[in-house]
Amino acid sequence: MLKYLFARNEDIPPGTAAVFFGFSSIIWFVIGTGLGSFNAAKLAFPDFVMGSELFSFGHMRQVHVFAVIFGWISMAFAMAMMYITPALGNTKLWSEKLGVWNCFLWNVGLSLGLTLLWAGITSGREYSDFPWPIDLYIAAFIALPLAINVWMTIIKRRTQGIYTTNWFFGAGVFMVTIVFIVGNSPEWFNLTGLSEAYLTWWFAHNVLGLWITPVAAAIAYYTVPKVTGNPLYSHRIGHLHFWSVVVFYSTPAAHHLMSAPLPEWLKSFASVEGVLILVPAIAFVSNLLLTMQGKWHMFVENVEIKFTISGVLLAIPLNMQGGFQQTRAINWYVHGTGWIVAHAHLALLGFSTFLEGAAVYYGIQTLLRRKLYSLALANFHFWFLLIGFAIYWISMTIAGLIQGAGKIYEVPYIDVVIAEHPYMIARWVGGTMVFTGNIVWLYNMYMTARAGTEIPEGRLPHELAYER
Amino acid sequence: MAFREYKVGARLFGVALGGSMVITLYMPIVDMTSVAVTETGLKKQLSYGRIGGFSYEDPWMLGEGKPKTVVLNKDPKTGQPIETVDAYVYEPGIPFPSGIVHPRILGDGITQLSLDKGQIGSASEDAGAVFVIARGTHNGETVTYIENATATRGWQPAEVLSTGGDENTHYIGSGKIMFVKEGCWWCHTLLPEQTQDWQYFGIPPRLGDFNGESPTAFGSDRKAPDLLHVGARNSSKEWMMMHFFNPRLVQPHSIMPRYDYMWGDVDANGNPIDFKAWRAEYDAYAKGKTMYPPDVPEYAKDSQIRYLMDFILSLK
Repeated sequence: MLKYLFARNEDIPPGTAAVFFGFSSIIWFVIGTGLGSFNAAKLAFPDFVMGSELFSFGHMRQVHVFAVIFGWISMAFAMAMMYITPALGNTKLWSEKLGVWNCFLWNVGLSLGLTLLWAGITSGREYSDFPWPIDLYIAAFIALPLAINVWMTIIKRRTQGIYTTNWFFGAGVFMVTIVFIVGNSPEWFNLTGLSEAYLTWWFAHNVLGLWITPVAAAIAYYTVPKVTGNPLYSHRIGHLHFWSVVVFYSTPAAHHLMSAPLPEWLKSFASVEGVLILVPAIAFVSNLLLTMQGKWHMFVENVEIKFTISGVLLAIPLNMQGGFQQTRAINWYVHGTGWIVAHAHLALLGFSTFLEGAAVYYGIQTLLRRKLYSLALANFHFWFLLIGFAIYWISMTIAGLIQGAGKIYEVPYIDVVIAEHPYMIARWVGGTMVFTGNIVWLYNMYMTARAGTEIPEGRLPHELAYER
Repeated sequence: MAFREYKVGARLFGVALGGSMVITLYMPIVDMTSVAVTETGLKKQLSYGRIGGFSYEDPWMLGEGKPKTVVLNKDPKTGQPIETVDAYVYEPGIPFPSGIVHPRILGDGITQLSLDKGQIGSASEDAGAVFVIARGTHNGETVTYIENATATRGWQPAEVLSTGGDENTHYIGSGKIMFVKEGCWWCHTLLPEQTQDWQYFGIPPRLGDFNGESPTAFGSDRKAPDLLHVGARNSSKEWMMMHFFNPRLVQPHSIMPRYDYMWGDVDANGNPIDFKAWRAEYDAYAKGKTMYPPDVPEYAKDSQIRYLMDFILSLK
C-alpha cells in the first residue's frame, strides 16, 4: 500500500483502493467481532479478566461498536463504492490515488480514535463517542475524500443515465457527511441539555437511516442483477425506495428517546414517521426478491447471492421490528432492554453485514481476477455468521422480553440479572461463532489473493466453477 | 449531468432533506431551548462544571478543571452560623458551566434574576468564583436562580474550601468524568422512564432538568438499575465502597465489573494496597473456606474512586 501513496495516479492499477479497503474491512471485522465476543464473555462471567482498567467492560464496549461501524461496515461500503461506482458508470475511479490515501488515513484515524476510546477518552455521547478532534479528522479525511471520489466518478461517467446503486451511493456519502457534521456540532459548539441529548440520537438514527441502510441496499441493487444476470425487476420501485428513504427515514430520530422528556409533539411525529420506514423497506425487499425470478437455485449455489439474499430476507424482520417497536404501544415495554440490542445486531450484523459481505467477496474476486479459493470455507463462514447471529438475536430478544416484564412489574433488578444469565452465555456463544467465522473468512480471502485460480479475460468470477 | 431530470431530482432532494431538517432539527431545538431550567438543572451544571466528557481543560479525563461542591454551615467571611448551603467553588482558571457563560440558556425569568440579583455577569474565570443557588420570584412564582456569592457576599474560593474542610468537599464534577470514562452509563441509565419506574427508580426527569449539562449520559441499554436517584435510595458510603471494590461482596449475583483499580496504588494511610493478596483472600471466602471476606481498603483522598463516589452519592 505504502508504495502507491506516492505513486502517480496513472501508475496505480485500477481497483487498488478497493482491494485495500476490502482487506481492511475484513481485518476490522475480525477485530470488531473479537471484541464483541470478549465483551459478551464479561457480561456472562463478570470476573473474566479483571483488575485492569483497559480490559473492563466500560472501556471495551464502545471500541467494539466503533470497530464494527467505522471499520467493518463503512470500509466495506467504501470498498463497494470504489469498484461499483466506476463499473456502473463504465469508467475508472476518478482518483485511485485519493482512494488509496483515503484508505490509509481511514485506518490511521480509526486506530487512533479507538485507542482513545479504549483509554476512556470520550465525549460521553453514544454513537458519537469520539472526542471532537477525531470527529474533525473523520469529517476531513474519511468522509469528504470518499464523497468527492464517488461524486466525481459519477459526474465523469460514460453512461447516459445513473443506475439506482449510484443514486444511493452519491446521496449516501452526501447525507452521511451532513449528518456527521450536524450530529457532532453539539460538541464543537458546547450545546447542552436536552438539545444535545436529542442531537446525539438524531445522529445515531440518521447514520443508520441515511448511511448504513441505504448504502447496504444499494449494494444489493448491484450484486443481484450482476451475478444472476437478471435485470432489476423495477426501476420505478427503486425510485420509491430512494425517495421514501430520504423523506421517511430522515425524520423519526426522536423515537430513540420516547421515554425522555422531549416535547410530546416531537415524539408523536417521530413515531408516525417511524412506521413509514416500512415503505422503503417493502419496496427494497420486494424489488430484490422479484429480481431473483428464475434464478433461485443461485441462492444455494452461489456465495454472493447466498449472502445478498440472506441480507435481504433479514430486512423483513428488521423493518417489521423497527417500524413497530418504536410506537408508544410497544416501546414502553422494550425500551432500553436487550430487545433493542438484538434489533441493533439484526440491522448491523444481520441485514447489512450479509450485503456487505457479498460486495467484498465479489469485489476481491473481480478486482484481483482470481476465483474464490474455497467454497467450503465460504459456506463455513456463511453458516457460522448466520447461526451465530441467530443464537445472539434469539437469546437477546428473550432476555429483552424478560427485562421488559421485570421493568413494568418493577421487580427487584437483581432478579432480572439472574433470569438473564443463561441468555448472556448464549449471546457469548453466538458472538464467538461469528468471530470464528470471520477468521476463516480472512484466511479464505487471503488465499484467494494468493492462490485463487486466475479468471480469464472477459469472464466474470461467478461464471467459473468453484474448485474447493 | 446532462439530463434535465437530474437537475429536478437534485432540487427535490434538497427540498426533501432540507424540509426534514427543519422539522427534526430547527423546530425541536427552538422548542427545547425555550424551557426554563429547574433547580435540579442548576445543581447539575454548577456541580459538574463546563463539560462531562473530553475537553481541552481535561484531555485525559482525569477529573481536572472541575469545580468542587462544599457543604457550608457557617459563613466563610464572618464565621457566623448560616443555614446549610451548597457552595459551588470554581477556583481560579476553572471553566464555568454554560449557564454562566451563556445565561440565556437558563430560560425565561431565571436569566434576568441570575444577571440582576445574582450578578453572574461579573464572575470571572481568571479570578475564580463561588456560586450558590438562590430563590426569587418570577411572575408570582418561586423560582431558583444562580447567585455569584463572590460578588454578593464576598466569598472567595480559597476561604470557602478552608471553611468547609475536606470532609465537606465533594468532587462531583470530577466524579461525573469518572462515570463517563469508566462507562458506567453503558449499563446504568440516568433516565427513569415516564411510563413505569416511578416506584422503583423514582421520578423521571423533567424538561428543564438538563439545561447546561453535557453530556446527559442517559444511557440506552439498561443492564443494571437506574441511578438517577440512587443517592436517595442508598446513601451508605460503606455499602458503596464494598460494591465498587467487588460487587459480589454485597450482591452475589451482580454482573458488575470490579472497580478496585480506581483505588490506585495506596490506601487512605498511604500504605500500598496488595490486590493480589486481597483477591486470594476473597476467593477463599467465596469458596466457603473462610467465614468473612477481607476488608475493603479505605480509599485515599485524591483517588478516582472518591470522585466517583461523590458523584454517585450526589444523585438524589
